[in-house]
Amino acid sequence: MTTNRPNVIEVRNLVKKFGDFIANDNLTFDVKQGEIFGFLGANGAGKTTAMKILCGLQAPTSGDIKVAGFDVYHQTNKIKQNIGYMSQRFSLYEDLTVKQNFQFYGGIYGLSGKQIKERTEYFLNKLELSHVANKILKEIPLGWKQKLAFSVAVLHHPKIVFLDEPTGGVDPITRRQFWEMIYEAANEGITVFVTTHYMDEAEYCERVCIMVDGRIEAMDTPSALKNKYEVTSMNEVFIRLARAQSTEQ
Amino acid sequence: MRTILYILQKEFRQIFREKAMLIIIFIIPMVQLTILSFTATFEIKNTNIAIIDHDHSHESRNLIRKFEGSSFFTMSAFYDSYEQGAEALKKGKVHQLLIIQPNFEKDLKRDGKAKVMVITDAINGSAAAIMSAYAHSILMDFNKQLLVEDFPQLNVNDPIQITVSNWYNPQLNYTTYMVPGILVLLVTIIGMFLSGMNVVKEKELGTIEQINVTPIKKYQFVIGKLLPFWIIAMFEFSFGLVLARFIFGVPMLGSIALQLGTVSVYLIVVLGFGLFVSTITDTMQQAMFISWFFMVIFILMSGLFTPVESMPDWAQTVNTLNPISYFIQINRMIMLKGSVFSDFAQQFYSLVIYAVLMLTLSVWRYRKVA
Repeated sequence: MTTNRPNVIEVRNLVKKFGDFIANDNLTFDVKQGEIFGFLGANGAGKTTAMKILCGLQAPTSGDIKVAGFDVYHQTNKIKQNIGYMSQRFSLYEDLTVKQNFQFYGGIYGLSGKQIKERTEYFLNKLELSHVANKILKEIPLGWKQKLAFSVAVLHHPKIVFLDEPTGGVDPITRRQFWEMIYEAANEGITVFVTTHYMDEAEYCERVCIMVDGRIEAMDTPSALKNKYEVTSMNEVFIRLARAQSTEQ
Repeated sequence: MRTILYILQKEFRQIFREKAMLIIIFIIPMVQLTILSFTATFEIKNTNIAIIDHDHSHESRNLIRKFEGSSFFTMSAFYDSYEQGAEALKKGKVHQLLIIQPNFEKDLKRDGKAKVMVITDAINGSAAAIMSAYAHSILMDFNKQLLVEDFPQLNVNDPIQITVSNWYNPQLNYTTYMVPGILVLLVTIIGMFLSGMNVVKEKELGTIEQINVTPIKKYQFVIGKLLPFWIIAMFEFSFGLVLARFIFGVPMLGSIALQLGTVSVYLIVVLGFGLFVSTITDTMQQAMFISWFFMVIFILMSGLFTPVESMPDWAQTVNTLNPISYFIQINRMIMLKGSVFSDFAQQFYSLVIYAVLMLTLSVWRYRKVA
């Protein structure tokens, strides 16, 4: 069902080196519009590096990479206008109120005052967080903050939203709600590119790409991968791939 | 433009959210200005002088009375021996010794000349020079009096009459001299630290990462980061001028518009410098140390405390890179001499070049990467 949709991310032979260390080794993949694309891997597998390159935060060593139709070498500002990003580390302003954070990021992405107001209300109502609208972020729990960070990332209705381990340190109920938000965003046509190392979350993705030591070891739908390795959960798929790697070494 | 306004709004909200910062920004500099201006002085008063009078004669007492009569000296002790005096000087109880030889009066009457000795604690060279000069002038005075009283037939008159008049600061008031300089220091410190800490703070907290994925342009970011501190520092400078005028009575001969015009350029240099430090460091600690390193050198070489003209040639060359030095000169010239633009055009253009350089460097160094 994804075949008819255009590609919004096209990666060909992406290589990223830090000195002798190869963080991303010849990655090639496409992500289609509206897709929920999971980027899985152990800590240090190179997920975050690849994501930062796609967001225009770092330059690749080599490779042809297009995001939202723009080239990551020369058109990073155009890419940035079209993407949303949620960092691994909470990075909204803790000393500003919820509303002020929405206002600031809405303004930065060029939304009008009216749009900012409407969308802020929309998200706060949806998250049932209207009562903390005027609280500074420092004072509210992490799970709520993560949901707010996601809302800020999609506030300007980007083509693609990048989520770097968005549910780290969050309780299971909030994680569940978080994935509901992700589905909603995807339904609205926003492509979701998400990294995680929770394998149960991988089951929620349309397609996953498993990275081991900077390389792509497997890429398909979760059910196809489970069939291929004849297991019942993504967790087992991942362990197989990671174990294969360690016995090779 | 709208983007810059949103950044400004956010910066001001963050600044005014923190009560401690408000105190640091607004109260501390004013307290410093008040305290430093009253205390940072090179005037030497109350020099403790000890007398060792081996003569105990009419003339020796006359001489001592001359010293007593000067507001510059405080008679702190009378000793009988040179050793006692030397000990007191060593312990720092007295700053100067006046030793009157035995037979002082007799020699004067008989030979027409006698000897006294002045010993000065010269640990602080410039203070010692001043103390010696004072003692010397009292002795000269005494000399002249002797000539007039004892040898009226000589009709001593100085062949050259010297009239000294001190322009621009007729009362030789140190506060007048120091306030314009200290005012420059305060806005420099506030400006450099606020801008220096700001961007690096966002790096430490990780909030810069979220900024870096937005389509904010470098120049928008730099303007948005500098303008709030520029406004605060301008406000502070103006407030400082008011204090200078009404609390310290510093004359303001020059145009205030000219003064604000020059400080506005100077602040771009300072804030640009701070921002540049911020872009090359990763933690607030590093930024703090680097800022201090330059700040201490710039301040000590600025001519605030010691005249730049008396520094060695290499130091004067280094000083061409010292923005504080330029602006202290300009500020003193405008306030105390009523100078007009053409009087300090060269220094001003140096500041303009400096401002352009610092801004270019910080825009260039600020990378929207993570």
